[in-house]
Amino acid sequence: MRGATHAKWAACAAAAVLAATACAGGGSGGGGGGGGAVLSSSWGDPQNPLEPANTNEVQGGKVLDMIFRSLKRYNPETGAAEDMLAQRIATTDSQNFTITVKDGWTFSNGEKVTSKSFVDAWNYGASLKNRQKAAEFFKYIDGYAEVHPEKGAQTADTLSGLKVVDDRTFTVRLSQKFSSFPDTLGYAVFSPLPRAFFDDHDAWLKKPIGNGPYTIASYTRGSQMNLVRWDAYPGADKARNGGVTLKVYTDPNTAYTDLLAGNLDLTDDVPAAQLKNAPSDLGGRYLNQPAGIIQTIAFPYYDKEWGKAGMDKVRKGLSMAIDRDRITETIYQKTRVPATDWTSPVLGVKGGDKKGLCGEWCTYDPGRAKQLIQEGGGLPGGQVRITYNADAGSHKQWVDAVCNSVNNALGDDKACVGSPIGTFADYRSKTTQQKLSGPFRAGWQMDYPLIQNFLQPLYYTNAPSNDGKWSDKEFDRLVDQANAETDSAKAVALFQKAEEVVRDDMATIPLWYQNGTGGYAERLSDVRLNPFSVPVYTDIKVG
Amino acid sequence: MGRYVVRRLLQMVPVFIGATLLIFLMVNVMGDPVAGLCGERTCDPATTAQLEKEFGLDRPVWQQYLTYMGNVFTGDFGTAFNGQPVTELMSTAFPVTARLTIVAILFEIVIGITLGVITGLRRGRPADTGVLLATLVVISVPTFVTGLLLQLLLGVEWGWIKPSVSAAAGFDELLVPGLVLASVSLAYVTRLTRTSIAENRRSDYVRTAVAKGLPHRRVVTRHLLRNSLIPVVTFIGADIGFLMGGAIVTERIFNIHGVGYQLYQGILRQNTQTVVGFVTVLVLVFLVANLLVDLLYAVLDPRIRYA
Repeated sequence: MRGATHAKWAACAAAAVLAATACAGGGSGGGGGGGGAVLSSSWGDPQNPLEPANTNEVQGGKVLDMIFRSLKRYNPETGAAEDMLAQRIATTDSQNFTITVKDGWTFSNGEKVTSKSFVDAWNYGASLKNRQKAAEFFKYIDGYAEVHPEKGAQTADTLSGLKVVDDRTFTVRLSQKFSSFPDTLGYAVFSPLPRAFFDDHDAWLKKPIGNGPYTIASYTRGSQMNLVRWDAYPGADKARNGGVTLKVYTDPNTAYTDLLAGNLDLTDDVPAAQLKNAPSDLGGRYLNQPAGIIQTIAFPYYDKEWGKAGMDKVRKGLSMAIDRDRITETIYQKTRVPATDWTSPVLGVKGGDKKGLCGEWCTYDPGRAKQLIQEGGGLPGGQVRITYNADAGSHKQWVDAVCNSVNNALGDDKACVGSPIGTFADYRSKTTQQKLSGPFRAGWQMDYPLIQNFLQPLYYTNAPSNDGKWSDKEFDRLVDQANAETDSAKAVALFQKAEEVVRDDMATIPLWYQNGTGGYAERLSDVRLNPFSVPVYTDIKVG
Repeated sequence: MGRYVVRRLLQMVPVFIGATLLIFLMVNVMGDPVAGLCGERTCDPATTAQLEKEFGLDRPVWQQYLTYMGNVFTGDFGTAFNGQPVTELMSTAFPVTARLTIVAILFEIVIGITLGVITGLRRGRPADTGVLLATLVVISVPTFVTGLLLQLLLGVEWGWIKPSVSAAAGFDELLVPGLVLASVSLAYVTRLTRTSIAENRRSDYVRTAVAKGLPHRRVVTRHLLRNSLIPVVTFIGADIGFLMGGAIVTERIFNIHGVGYQLYQGILRQNTQTVVGFVTVLVLVFLVANLLVDLLYAVLDPRIRYA
């Protein structure tokens, strides 16, 4: 390491713009991007190659959010979808949209961002042969079935619903009415792509080029990515620091230790074991903010026992037997908030968050719980087994606590037990192939802050993440109606009506909303997390 | 000697095939790789089918194994799910772990054998009892406790080291992790050497050497130690493989991106290609290390001959 240390000092001396303290700090690798110091931040190895439509997890999404700007952007504070590259998104029928792209935007390699940059990117993302893991986000666009058929070979390479009108205008035709479609366009999947992506795909993957406030200076897969501020960035949300070094940590505990030792500036994942100490370790530099994540217990409706009529009483009884207040306080140190509906507080009241929608069913009442379960015919087989994966996320702790709570309420030691599965991959394959016979843990992290995103993918008949195969005609009807509604307030009201259907059947048991947690070094200021629990990097000031 | 080596190398072939087959089957039994690949959100069926086709997961397991082995012999270990060739992962991970292992082995040899000789020569004295107690403590405390404790004390409280190792992972950064990794084996090496030295001290050839009037130093290093090292060398040889494969805990604590890390990720994400590839190389390391140990016997004790 001695050689590398020399190199670092040389770099520090050469980059006169860098404050001397930034070099002495030692926390950050790489040079500055011309003004402002570089901060280091914890990162997890992205699961897939970094492509907008191939990223369906937070770590890859984090980078995309730094190097890309799309038509819309979600306000880091309120979560509201605001115009970014979109000058205008016009529609008269919620099905045909005309999108005008702002002038003056370029990719960091100088190429202009045009309507074609979007259309090409979306066509690429949707096409089956490119195997993009988030392809289904394009499914509302007309022609998706030809480009990405459920079975067999694709019959078209481009979406028939996309048309380039001129350099700055393109039209989108959807296969069904979807009024909140423009609000989904802030999701990273809908980012524009430069020609370089298509011309030399391998080179692009090694060092992705985007149009966001940062550019990638270097990327060593599996260990580190150096991002520097892009000075020519035309947007209003310019970076207020010289850049960000993302360091891959295999264990959040090590990242936290590094933060305490002054070897790291920012971590956005305080490990469960440290939650208790974090407020005293970090003082005001501890972050605990609401994020668009809800944890639930889902049920296998494909199973005769759980699918039969009258079981809603059992599910409601189970829900009432869970002491959410105590569990969130003792296990999670208030980094979880007891859920009272099936969405998230980050939506805001206007966006459809309705506190207390679950009502009495989410209130701890052991007496009533026992009575309801008996009325519903008792637990199938006399016992519930809550399945979870044991390899990550410390799910065992809360599953045991939930079971304990249920057992106390029912006065039966064996009424509820946890049923661990070794790896996440195995757990996922069992849930998606409907191989579980009892309730299982389920969590939902929103793609975009819309009430639609908390309901449709999870509860609509045969929806992609409806792992329990719950189905209700009234719910489907209300969702269709809400999607067709052009007035957003009315649409939200309809979604809430649909959510009431979920409640009345207790399709899943809502447990708690998850907060984002983090901590940062003294030399940083203006650090906060957005509703996706990702730090708002552009706002962070160093020194 | 030459024939012996050839025979040993040939014996490796069935061991190698058997080991890879077992690992291949185990990883395949664990579950569906594509489900893990897509994360919390299920991939749509069409994409899943495409991915299965790409990774050859739609074919029967025996066919997958044959294809895989065929590729391995041409040096192609497949592609990890993040799009990186497994050989590329190996070329970054193995050097790091090799450095860590070298540091650990050096600690074992230098500290372990020295302590072993000292205590073996002074059996029953306070120094001996002290070292015996210390090794007992080291053996009974799990590695992750030692690791976390050292990390906290040296890294956070006193600030002597950085709590995590940088991506470059140079030798100087690996000293503490290497010591942690070596700790348990080090204790065993000490105890093995001690017993062996204490036993051989009473043997005829040592008595003869002393009677000849050889200097004490020469008696110990040339006569006593050389003959006492056989069990120790056996242990250290086998340990090379164990340290490389078993560094998962240490690597995790100190954020070292080596073999343990890649294996852990591979298992977590059900990444057959990564797991089988890395284990295959580890099996080879084991086999070669064992062969070297056997050959070293003859150097240490010329009475041992290979037919």
